Amino acid sequence: MIKDQFHDGMWKQNAGLIQLLGLCPTLAVTVNVTNGFALGVATIFVMILSNISISPIRQLVPEAARVPIFILVIAGLVTIVDLSINALSRPLYDALGIFIPLIVTNCIVLARVEAFASKNPILPSFYDGLFMGLGLTLVLIILGAMREMIGNGTLFQNLHFLIGDDYKFLTIQLFNSDHGFLLAALPPGAFIALSSLILFMNWINQKQKK
Amino acid sequence: MTPLDSPAIKKNMSVSAIMFTVTLALIPALIAQIGFFGLQILGNLIIGISFALILEAVCLKLRHYPIKPFLKDGSAFLTAWLLVISIPSSTPIWVMLVGLFFSIVISKHAYGGIGSNPFNPAMIGYAVLLISFPKIMTNWPSAEQFDFNNFLNFSQLFSMFASIDIVDGIVSATPLDKIKTALFLGEPINNSFSIFDQFNAYQIMSIFYLIGGLYLMIKKIITWHLPVFLILSIFVFSFILHQINPDVFMPSLFHLMNGATFLAAFFIITDPVSSPTTLRGKIIFGVMVGLITVIIRNFGGYPDGIAFAVIFMNIFVPLIEKFTQPKVFGYE
Repeated sequence: MIKDQFHDGMWKQNAGLIQLLGLCPTLAVTVNVTNGFALGVATIFVMILSNISISPIRQLVPEAARVPIFILVIAGLVTIVDLSINALSRPLYDALGIFIPLIVTNCIVLARVEAFASKNPILPSFYDGLFMGLGLTLVLIILGAMREMIGNGTLFQNLHFLIGDDYKFLTIQLFNSDHGFLLAALPPGAFIALSSLILFMNWINQKQKK
Repeated sequence: MTPLDSPAIKKNMSVSAIMFTVTLALIPALIAQIGFFGLQILGNLIIGISFALILEAVCLKLRHYPIKPFLKDGSAFLTAWLLVISIPSSTPIWVMLVGLFFSIVISKHAYGGIGSNPFNPAMIGYAVLLISFPKIMTNWPSAEQFDFNNFLNFSQLFSMFASIDIVDGIVSATPLDKIKTALFLGEPINNSFSIFDQFNAYQIMSIFYLIGGLYLMIKKIITWHLPVFLILSIFVFSFILHQINPDVFMPSLFHLMNGATFLAAFFIITDPVSSPTTLRGKIIFGVMVGLITVIIRNFGGYPDGIAFAVIFMNIFVPLIEKFTQPKVFGYE
């Protein structure tokens, strides 16, 4: 059961590449690894909390009014995450900007609550939130790494916003950023990078089928 | 007895003959470009076209298409040619190859190959390079006068392999760049513009593109609608702006003679794949490309927006064609 859920979240029903949900932050913030990772972690947090808080009340929620109720719970949790990031790392908060509050409208959170947590007990719901979030985070990190390497010539830029100024040495300069491929850092680059990831994944899936 | 063709039916030119004629029409401007900027552009063309043909062959192979007939249609050749002459000849070689990759692989084969590409491949490559490497793409070498020695300076032919960094002293802004910078700094612009007292490289090249385009029209390879309406549109809209405020907006003739106006009018928007085919569609397309170009040139961030205007209007081509279908005789 838990193994299936893990496989679903990371590969078979991957939120970013198969369900194609939550594309707004996926495309917008992944200009570097740090942003992708931070938003991914924030999303995991929100998804776990929303799943385990909806699951116990699933019998109480009236069918007709379920979406506003779900959104209200998610919005409350996102506010907690938003304020926490603001308190813990101000530069990161500025870098992620509007996309932390926008986790509320992120389809993947509502989709998992609606499709999974409102029908399943609390423990599977917890795992569902965790693995779906992890799958999305993985996509965000890979996308961020691709775009950062091609567009800016660096890797793990701004990581010290997350783990402290002592770790500034982690930023790797791959090449002179004067000639970075700017398109990769711009919105069209996000679309092209995401579509190449989807292409790659479909290619592997097709090969496995044969 | 062999059946004869009806005398009223015009024989179609073969694809290779069309290709040859288009290339011929581009040659005068290329000669002017070599005369002003040096032989490097020829080396770029040779490398760029070879690379484009290789890319095309690889893509066709991967997509299980026959390679030879598709290579012979010359679309990759022409795309590479148009892209290479649009970018400064001092562009590092790898930047040019990135542009060609986007032209051939992303904007053509990823969309289903020739005939299915919604965007003009050469313009996609150019736009990718312009927004990715703005510093490199605006570094046109300075061109004071036509110099016949440029044709003999063979050391320049493959000088793109020699060095990557160009010396600042030998580059200069294009006329459109100069105006943009002057306006940005709030300096007065030279308004008493006449094509005769500033007869520079870009304007001479424009005239050669015009001549090549007229040749294509005479040979009936392109129809007159798209070029004429684009040129008219740029003329009229920049004329209106110039009448409103001559201190800020340059006169119409300046906009016609500088930038890629004639190149785009005769060789780029006449692309049979990504432009409308209906008569009214062509008129709408030409006028709108001109309008957007004038807007970008006068109010936008880039000195010449014709590539963006073409790509932007390419999006609307299916819509334009849907609403401009001619009525079939006998139907309401």
